[in-house]
Amino acid sequence: MNVESKIMREILSATYTRIAISVLLGFAIGSVFMAVFNENVVATYETLFSNPGLTFQTAFQTIFDGYGALFKGSIINLSADNPVSMFRPITETLRLAAPLIMAGLGVALGFRVGLFNVGGTGQLVMGLLGATWISTRLELPYGLHMVLALVVAIAFSMGTGALVGFLKAKTGAHEVIVTIMMNYIALDLFTWFLRTPGLLLEEGGGGNPKSDPPALTAQLPRLLGDEFKLNIGILLALVAALVYWWLMERSTIGYRFRMVGHNANAAKAAGISVERTYVWAMAASAAFIGIAAANQGLGETGGLTSSIHANIGFDAITVALLGGSRAGGVVVAGLVFGAFKAGSPSMQIIGVSPEVLGIIQALIVLFIAAPPLIRAIFHLPKPEAK
Amino acid sequence: MTKTEVTPGMFSLSEVRPSWKTPSVLAFFSGIVLVLFGFLGKTGDVTYNLSNKGDSFSVPDVVVASTFANVVLGTLMLLAATYSGWLTIRQKHTPMWVSLVAGLLGATGLLGWLAAGNVVPVSFILGSAVVLAVPIILGALGGLMSERVGVVNIAIEGQLLTGAFMAAVVGTITENLWLGLIAAMISSAILSMALASLAVKYLVDQIIIGVLINVLVIGITNFLYSQWLASSGEEANYPGTFDIISIPYLSGLPIIGPALFEARITVYLTFILVPLVWFILFRTKLGLRARAVGEHPTAADTVGINVGRTRFWWVTLGGAIAGLGGAALTIGNVGAFGREMSGGLGFIALAVVILGRWQPFYVSAAALLFGFAIILRVWANGVSPGIPTDFITMVPYLVTLIAVAGFAGKVKAPAASGQPYIKG
Repeated sequence: MNVESKIMREILSATYTRIAISVLLGFAIGSVFMAVFNENVVATYETLFSNPGLTFQTAFQTIFDGYGALFKGSIINLSADNPVSMFRPITETLRLAAPLIMAGLGVALGFRVGLFNVGGTGQLVMGLLGATWISTRLELPYGLHMVLALVVAIAFSMGTGALVGFLKAKTGAHEVIVTIMMNYIALDLFTWFLRTPGLLLEEGGGGNPKSDPPALTAQLPRLLGDEFKLNIGILLALVAALVYWWLMERSTIGYRFRMVGHNANAAKAAGISVERTYVWAMAASAAFIGIAAANQGLGETGGLTSSIHANIGFDAITVALLGGSRAGGVVVAGLVFGAFKAGSPSMQIIGVSPEVLGIIQALIVLFIAAPPLIRAIFHLPKPEAK
Repeated sequence: MTKTEVTPGMFSLSEVRPSWKTPSVLAFFSGIVLVLFGFLGKTGDVTYNLSNKGDSFSVPDVVVASTFANVVLGTLMLLAATYSGWLTIRQKHTPMWVSLVAGLLGATGLLGWLAAGNVVPVSFILGSAVVLAVPIILGALGGLMSERVGVVNIAIEGQLLTGAFMAAVVGTITENLWLGLIAAMISSAILSMALASLAVKYLVDQIIIGVLINVLVIGITNFLYSQWLASSGEEANYPGTFDIISIPYLSGLPIIGPALFEARITVYLTFILVPLVWFILFRTKLGLRARAVGEHPTAADTVGINVGRTRFWWVTLGGAIAGLGGAALTIGNVGAFGREMSGGLGFIALAVVILGRWQPFYVSAAALLFGFAIILRVWANGVSPGIPTDFITMVPYLVTLIAVAGFAGKVKAPAASGQPYIKG
């Protein structure tokens, strides 16, 4: 084996380098998509052979503009004429990252126990059902109302998750199938609640399934005044990440979780009840998703429709994978994808479909989750087993 | 990732004692039909429209009181439940056809309850259910083929979406729907090769890879749709659909004639593929080898079957069939590609594989249940407004949930499903 490939191999076995390569590759392939299908670039295809320089120049301009818009929409808007619009992008990133971090932690917890929780949507929707009931149907003092809604959201989500864990433990049903079915059931149930007068349908509401706006006493307080939509959700997300870290790395139950995830048979031999652990792990996983549910349900000032779940339960899977199921990793991954969400509208404005970010997102995680793919792309040998 | 527990001989039903789950589920549903739809049902006559005008054998419409029909149907279902209970007492398993017949009776009752004072266009509902079920059936067939050789295929959604997209785009650009159909199958097969090689050769977790393939395909098709198809729909996304072919004589049959034999080529291909896959799986050497690989790869390897190659080609071919299912969505039904138009059908197909116990015919029946639920929601809204259609749509998911939980210990996935095989 020559030295060069050995060095490459060592570099690639380092996680951070692999993540960096994955991110770069993801953005590179995304750029190709962005350029090839752009209207301005397509217009130069007629002269592709007579004047290839024009095509390439336009292509690079498109990519540059596209990522420029992403930056402008998600970090800081340097061309703004007042500080509010200048700093609004970064606050939007934080606001949109919060639920991704919360739900991402939930999915990550599942991964650590060897459970694949694809049921984020269903658990989130059930949490929303509880939170919306409290926030629109009860009258409570400021503060208490919000806390109660948060607790109920977590409890509802936890219950849904625990049911999945129970079914897996008692009947052996695979959690992926169970959670997918629960997603649909929960969505139908929530829509029915929103549709039915006397349950969650807005007062004087018409045919559309929509709830009243959450009571002012239940809304998440804003962090930076009324100019910015950013609320305390991001702080809740950071607290959740701390709790996750403590739970998984320091607590006894987290030790049990990890042990079952590492080798269920060994855990069983060591006297851990694998079945009970599955129930608790699914409940704990769903509890984090419940925080995201509260964030979605109490972070709005208008009435809720069933689309308020915003596919966060599914995005959380990519967040957890990118974050390597670690607390810090999930926070960073959530911030990155939150920035993608925040930057989308400004990309749309300049004529670059923000859907390209979906491709980049998927590619990055694909490369990270499948190290052999990167090795195959660079024709690298397999690293020796540790 | 947890591994499926290995229990050899899991498909020999006789080894396991029959449980009371089937009779209790049947009794529960017959209770609903008998009491809710029957005794407490809605007044008014219901007309079951059984044949179209111009059929060669014309059958008169059946007109009955909605409540009476449901009492009769519920009683029949109760008989099925009793039969199933009697079999269980005698330590015998309830055959699948009993559940199927009970399901059919229940569906008829539900239609009669919904359309009290109205008309039930039986063949229209059946026909629409079939057309809507075709992508699910084909997707599930693809999933079944890959699970039978031991590869879990979560990427059915992505395969359907790829097929739907390629069929529409290639069909429009070449102005030839057949080329679109072939492009759908090939592109989806290539996608499956990626899944197969990552899962089989590189031993990447199959479920994670499947989910990521879905996310990637959704991302790519969403992007191409909004950046390209949305603005130049005429040139790229206007394929139209296959013509409806009416099979002589058969299409004149009452009820099933217009439902099954006045359809597009994608439906007929499904009619051919389901028995074909069944035949190959259970009646040929090829199928025996495939199942051996899925049940016990080490044993298969020992007798000289190439486990990796078998898995690779079955997953790839399964992908081609799922791609055909995608094509059925666009050039076999709607006539254009829409954003995320598979809308979760791939995940339903995944459940249908389990609900249908990894058997092509049962899988098709389970897929029909979902097709029926989709058309029912649309139709019920029109015929009887105010009915909580959310609960009707929920039923197939609940049935799947109950079935998946209930089958445990009875029928399980192919033993080696989800496990990479490392020759050692």
